Order: sequence, then C-alpha cells, then structure tokens
Amino acid sequence: MTLTETGSPAAVPAGTPPLLEVDNLHVEFRTREGVAKAVNGVSYAINAGETLAVLGESGSGKSVTAQAIMGILDTPPGFVTKGSIRYQGDDLLQMPEGVRRTYRGEHLAMIFQDALSSLNPVFSVGYQIAEMFRVHRGMSRSDGMKKALELMELVNIPAARERVKDYPHQFSGGMRQRIMIAMAIALDPEVLIADEPTTALDVTVQAQIMALLKELQRERDMGLILITHDLGVVADVADKIAVMYAGRIVERAPVYDIYARPAHPYTEGLLASIPRVDMKGQELFAIKGIPPSLMRIPPGCPFNPRCGYARDICREQDPPNYPVGDAHDSACHFWEEVVDGTRR
Amino acid sequence: MSDPTASAAGVTGTLEGHAGSPPTTAEPGREKPRSLGRDAWEDLRHNWVFWIASVLILILIVMAIAPGVFTSASPTASDLDVSRQGPGPGAPFGYDLQGRDVLARTIYGARASILVGIFATAFATIVGSFMGIVAGYYGGWTDTIVSRLTDVFFAIPIFLGAILVLTSFPSDENTSQVAAYTKVAVALAIFGWTSTARIMRSSVIQVKQADFVQAARALGASNSAIIRKHVLPNSLTPVIVVATISLGGYIGAEAGLSYLGIGLQPPVISWGIAISDAQTYLRVSPHMMMFPIAFLSITVLAFIMLGDAVREALDPKLR
Amino acid sequence: MGRYALRRLLQMIPVLLGSTFLIYVMVWALPGDPFAGRCGQRPCTDAYIAAQTAKFNLDDPLIVRYFKYLGNLLQGDLGQTFAGQNVSDLVARAYPTTLKLALVALTIEAVVGLGAGVLAGLRRGGYFDNFVLVSTLFVISLPVFVIGFMLQYGLGIRWGVFPVTVSAGAPFADLILPGLVLGSLSLAYVARLMRSSLAENIRADYIRTAIAKGLPRRRVVGVHAVRNSLIPVITFIGADFGTLMGGAIITEGIFNINGVGGLVYRSIRLREGATVIAVVTLLVLVFLLMNLIVDLLYAVLDPRIRYE
Repeated sequence: MTLTETGSPAAVPAGTPPLLEVDNLHVEFRTREGVAKAVNGVSYAINAGETLAVLGESGSGKSVTAQAIMGILDTPPGFVTKGSIRYQGDDLLQMPEGVRRTYRGEHLAMIFQDALSSLNPVFSVGYQIAEMFRVHRGMSRSDGMKKALELMELVNIPAARERVKDYPHQFSGGMRQRIMIAMAIALDPEVLIADEPTTALDVTVQAQIMALLKELQRERDMGLILITHDLGVVADVADKIAVMYAGRIVERAPVYDIYARPAHPYTEGLLASIPRVDMKGQELFAIKGIPPSLMRIPPGCPFNPRCGYARDICREQDPPNYPVGDAHDSACHFWEEVVDGTRR
Repeated sequence: MSDPTASAAGVTGTLEGHAGSPPTTAEPGREKPRSLGRDAWEDLRHNWVFWIASVLILILIVMAIAPGVFTSASPTASDLDVSRQGPGPGAPFGYDLQGRDVLARTIYGARASILVGIFATAFATIVGSFMGIVAGYYGGWTDTIVSRLTDVFFAIPIFLGAILVLTSFPSDENTSQVAAYTKVAVALAIFGWTSTARIMRSSVIQVKQADFVQAARALGASNSAIIRKHVLPNSLTPVIVVATISLGGYIGAEAGLSYLGIGLQPPVISWGIAISDAQTYLRVSPHMMMFPIAFLSITVLAFIMLGDAVREALDPKLR
Repeated sequence: MGRYALRRLLQMIPVLLGSTFLIYVMVWALPGDPFAGRCGQRPCTDAYIAAQTAKFNLDDPLIVRYFKYLGNLLQGDLGQTFAGQNVSDLVARAYPTTLKLALVALTIEAVVGLGAGVLAGLRRGGYFDNFVLVSTLFVISLPVFVIGFMLQYGLGIRWGVFPVTVSAGAPFADLILPGLVLGSLSLAYVARLMRSSLAENIRADYIRTAIAKGLPRRRVVGVHAVRNSLIPVITFIGADFGTLMGGAIITEGIFNINGVGGLVYRSIRLREGATVIAVVTLLVLVFLLMNLIVDLLYAVLDPRIRYE
C-alpha cells in the first residue's frame, strides 16, 4: 500500500467558525426491543476544500451521523438527543424544519451507496435533477431540464442529450452514481456528504467515481465528508480521518499520520487486516470478536472486550480523547503503548 | 431491525457495511438465528388483533358444534302469540315472525355459516392448490392450459356463477342439511378456487428456482418428493393467508345467496335466511334483523382479522 | 407495446370462448326441464315445446348447439327469449344503467378510498389511521346487503338525504347512494391498499433522497411517494370495474334499479338461457378488456415494466 500525502487541511483564519461542525452529537433509536444508542458524542469539523473520511464498520454510527447532519433521520425511531450541528456557526438542530429544509441541496448535499434505490424509479433522471432548480430556484420545467442536461454532461454521461429522459433502471451502476452526483452538486453546495458512494460498484468504476468526486470538490472548493469502510479509498483522497466504533470517534488524525502512527487498537487492527503485497503468504490479521450491541454497549471503553491492550481501567472508565500529535487524538487509555508498537 | 448476518466473523480487510441501514442491534453470537415461522409467531403473540380474532373464532366453532351450550331455548319451538315481540325477559333477542326465539335461532345459525365457509374454503384451497402446483411446477404447455382454464373460471363473477349452479341444483325441504351445505359450498368454490391457484402458481415458480430445490433435483429426488418436501411447505404461507381471509368472504357470500332465497333453504337455520325474512319488518321489528346481522358480521370480521394478522406477521416487508 | 396488446387480445379469445361455453353448459346442460312452469299451472303444449326446441336447437348435441349460438352471436344476434323478445333489446336497456352505476361506484371508491388511504398512510398509527383501519375492517366484514339496508335506512329513509329507490332513467343523482353501497367493499380495499402502499414507499431510499434534496414535505409526499404508491391501487381500481358491473345483483335489487344484475337474476330464475348467456358473455368481455387495459396502464405508470 502506498501512502500518498494529499495535503494538509486548508488554513483557516482564527475566529472564523468551521464550515460544518458536529459537536458532541448523540443519536438513539427507540424501538420495540429497546433503545439503541447509535451515536454517542461524535464531534468533527470540516472546512471548505477539505476531505474528511469517516471510517467504521456497519453499525458504527457513521451513516447515522451523516443522516443527522442532513436532517434525514427516520424519526421515529431515530432521535437526536444531544449536541449541535453548526453550519457556518448556525446550529441546524435549532432551526425550524421549514428553514432547515432550504439548507438541504442548497448548502448541504448527500449521495448514497445504492443509487438505484435512491433514485425514484418512476421519474426520468432529467426530471429528478431538474427538480432541484424548479423547487429551489423556481425555474420552469424546460429551463430545469436544460440545467439537468448541462449537469449530466458535467459528470461525463455519454450521449447525455439522448439520455436525459431515460429512467434510472436504464443506466449502469456507475452512470447512476454519476447522476446522483449531478443531482447533489446541482445547486453548488458547500458541503457534500458521500455515504459509501462506491461500495456497490465495480472496482474500475469505483476509481472513476472517486476521481470525479475529487475533481468536483477541487473545482468547487467543497467540503467533502466521505463515509467509507475502505481504507484504500481513504488514503488517496482524504485529508483527515475519523475512525468510529460503537457510535463514537475513537481516533482522529491527519491521513498521513494514521497510517504511520495509529494510536488506537481498533485503528491498528483495521490497518493490520488490509491484505498487503509484501505480506504475501502470511495469515491475514482479523480483529477478534464482534462489535457490541448498541443496546448494551459495555461500560468503560466500548472496544475493551475485543482489545489486546485492555486492563481493568478499560472496563471501568470511558477513555477521554488523549492528544497524540498535531490534530491527532485517540480515545484509548494506553495510546502510548499502541503508538510504541507494543503488541500483545 | 435486527440483521444477524452483519459482521458475523469479525473484521477482515474491508468492513461490511450498508449505508443508511439502522445500527445493528442483534447479537448474533448469543442469539440463535430465528426462522421466519418463529418470527411470525413472536409477532402474532404480541398482536391483540390476532388474539381477539382467535377467541371469537373459537367461540363460534363451539357454537357451531354445541349450540346448546349457549342457549336452552329451542330454535324451532314456535309460539305465534309472541310473534315479532322485542327483546325482553326470557328472550334477550326477542322473537321472530313465527314467534321463535331469535337468540336460539341466531346461535343455531352459526353452524350453517361456519360449515359452508369451511367446506367452501377447503374445496377452493384443495382444487386451487392442485391447479397452481401443476401449472407452476410443470410449466410449459401444462402451465399454459391450466392458466387459461383458470382465466376462464376467473372471468365469471363468483356470485353469479354460484347462483347459476344453485338454480340448476335447487335444495328443498327434503335435502339433508349436510347436502345443502355442501351444495352451497361447492357452488361458491367452483368459481372461487382461481385466486388460490394463481397465488400458488406464482409462489411455486419462485420456490422452484430456489437453490435447495435445484440441489434436491440434482441429487435425484423425484418430482413428487420435491413437491411434497420442498415446494409445498415453502409456498403454503400465502395460500393459508388467502384461505383465512376468503373463509370470511364465503360466509358473507353464503348469507347473500340465502338472502336471495337461492342458497340454503328452510328448515335449515341460517343468518342469511333470517335477515331475508326480517327485511320486510325492518321498520317495526328491527331486532329480528339486528342480531343475525351482528353475528354474521362478527364472524366475517373475525376471519378477516385473523387473516390480516397472519399476513402481517408473515410479510417481513410490513414490519 | 402494440404487439403485446395484440397478443393479449388474441389470448383473450380462448378465455372468452371457454367462459361462454362454461356458462352455456351450465345454462342448457344441467338437469332441470327448461319448460317446467313456463306455461303457468298447465303443462306446455306439444306445439309450444316443439317450436321452442327448434328455436333453441334443443335437439342438437350440446357442442353443435353452442357453435350455432356462437355463429349467431358473431352476426350480432343475441337470440330471443322464450316469449320472443329480442335479448339485444333487453341488454341494451339494462346495460347503460349498470354502466352508470358502476361508474358512480368507481368514482366514489377512487376519490374516497385514495383520500383516506393517503391520509392514513402518512400518519401510520395515528388517530385517523386507526379510524380508517377499523372502519374499513367493518365495511369488509359487513355483507353488501347489510350495508345496503343500513345506508338505505339511514341516509334514505331516516334522514332523507338521498332518494330511497332509483327513478326510471336512473339519473346520476339517484345513483349516488347505490353507488356508495356497490363500491363500499372496494372502497375499503382501495383505502387499505393505498395506505400500506404509501406506508411502504415512504420508507424507500428515494424518499430519503427527495428529503435530502430539500424538497418541501408536500412535494416529497405528493409527488414522490404518492406517484409510486398509486401504481398497485390504480390497477386494482381498473380491474374492479368489471367486478362492479358483474356484482351489482344485490345492490340493484335493494334499490330497485333495472340494470344488468336484475336482468341476469330474473333470467336465471326464469331459466331464460339465451339472456343469461348474453349478459354473462358481455360481463366477461368487459372484465377481460378491463384487465388488459390495466396491464397496459401498468407499463405506462411504471417505466420499469416493458412488454414485448
């Protein structure tokens, strides 16, 4: 695996609030079986032109956090119970729904993993893109369709003019995701959230989609939140990384730092479980055990039952965020041991 | 909500994930994976609609088997002195035109409705399932012919068809009760089996393509063994749901036929006949009509509720 | 699409033949003397029997008779009743009335059913949702003649909102109450179908997308969710038209409407075979055509469906 440094976060003048800032966010799902604490005190921030990769397995709360930012949580059963989400300093959670709606699409946009089910099957793709302009900008249907065509050309859909009236099922997976992207960037949003945008795609197509996202981000100076479980993707595009486990961020670091100096046992385990060419023939490492039930998160550090470093304190005390380095912190009592590479 | 397949074997390489899917709440390590049947039962157990319907049906079945448990009055004893007398002491539902006890007649009437409903459902389900399996399992020309045959019967309205059949085979005072029930049930089932056949056919086609059926075939299992052991058990659920709901429908249809004077005939005691007899006196003696209507409606309601509850429990999409 | 429609039309022919043959057999071949009671208290004269036997080809084998009947049918001759009335006249008098009645029923069922279903589906578990669930359950459970009586008694007799019976010529205003009765069962089904369809679609991924796009809620629901949910409901309503026309026997009886239901019922009781066959054949034809239209409509409503 090659580590490419993609540049440090853009310098922001002091005193200006970040473009988007999630602070101590708590989300829970109240179901018949009980309350699942999906997000437990997540904080992260992103600036214009910056890419934050949020890494974690299914159920770690990474998608739920994104849904809370967009305001598309299924409520009920999902509820934001604590925390704030500030866009340019304004708390989205305090806004009435009517105001908050105008931020969606205009300032914050999102693309999803499964473009086929995320696009409405009974409307043409042109119609669905044009809808952005018709609703937010009050454009006529024909003007909207013209804009839709421009966007489809922008995201490199071949023969866009002939295909603008086609339906989602008539496109390939990669093309559908391009249409999702076109729809998301239609109004030139400041923040784009991409929730596993390439998971459902072929490997070759994955690279194209990531390249397109990266290019659009650079052109438009967007803040990009990339939700993924693929460490390979992260290395190439992200500026900084937040690793999530059981609804909290366990480690936060600039991208170059995380590969060089993982400071949380979970991150370390993730990195060790990537197949590598130079370790051919050796058995692949796997983190033992399974993630905890979100209804019964163990006391102390949620990772302790699976952790090789765990001692008594880990079962009793929830670790705070220990500063590891510049913009790098870890929620592990024994982060120093991890950094020093003392393996069990 | 629960997703027992998620992250079963720890983390290797890439993490498995579903964007936007709710967080995993099940603990696959500690809980046994639940089958659809057990899941459905869990769902039903907590569904009050299911319990109300079951209790009602149980009461109705007891009523059909042993009406004497609920009333000591005779349904046939007639006393013209109390003709059309309203509810009062000794006769909580009042008396009908012939001065017979409405409560007793209503209770004794359960048997006709329940039996016709059960017979009709049984005939329709057996014939429909057979046709559906034949069409779905063998496919090709067999499917074409059976499906067109189904269309032929499906195109004729059930009620109209039943009237036609019953006009050709009328019942009278000399027909035995069981024969009379069977006749009405068959008349309804002749045109009623088609929906079961269609549902069975499509679910058989689905099951047929499943891997385990392909595997059984590859292992050399005979057609009849495959149908018995694999296809039938796996395509039965939708048929059961349809059967439960249509049982209510058949009971309603029987009442409709008897109401027209074409279904069951006196001396058989039936809610439909009672309603039909009472309609002339609706304005002056509404009690004669009210009680049979109430019982009829509750019976139909109970079966439809049961079918509804079972369907909801079996259809994971609705949860 | 055109070829599919043509193929379906061709497929209808064997089904139509099968259905008419089935009816034909049931009318003419089942036990019972066709002349029993036809001539009042006296037995029919031999001359009358001979004449009628010749008219209906009763001496021919059944299958020959059937094809002779079909031959006449193709020439537009629906035959005559025993008394010599043209069946086509009877049908022409009854059909428009039932057609109107079915249209009224369909309109009521679509408007009320869809409205109730949408409102219930949007707030699942809410007050209105429970009301719709319980009331539709009652409507489904009550036999149509009971609903007929109750509405006739309540709205017609008690409060006098609607006329109790339908006057000659069957103006639309008179048909509202019978239409409501006839369409009540389907209305309940439409409401429930729309409710569950909407409740299912509202959780779909593309609804989440629509919200993420910043669309106002009424557009998310009214355009994105409802448009998709309508597909199964509209096909149900379409297919229901044929059922309504064939199912009007009891409703027409209660409200004294001279339509197809009354005609076919009387004809069955009087063993007027020619009339029964003609009416049922027409009903089957309407039913099959409506089903075809619904299938084609499906492709129009859902771009994912393509027939070739």
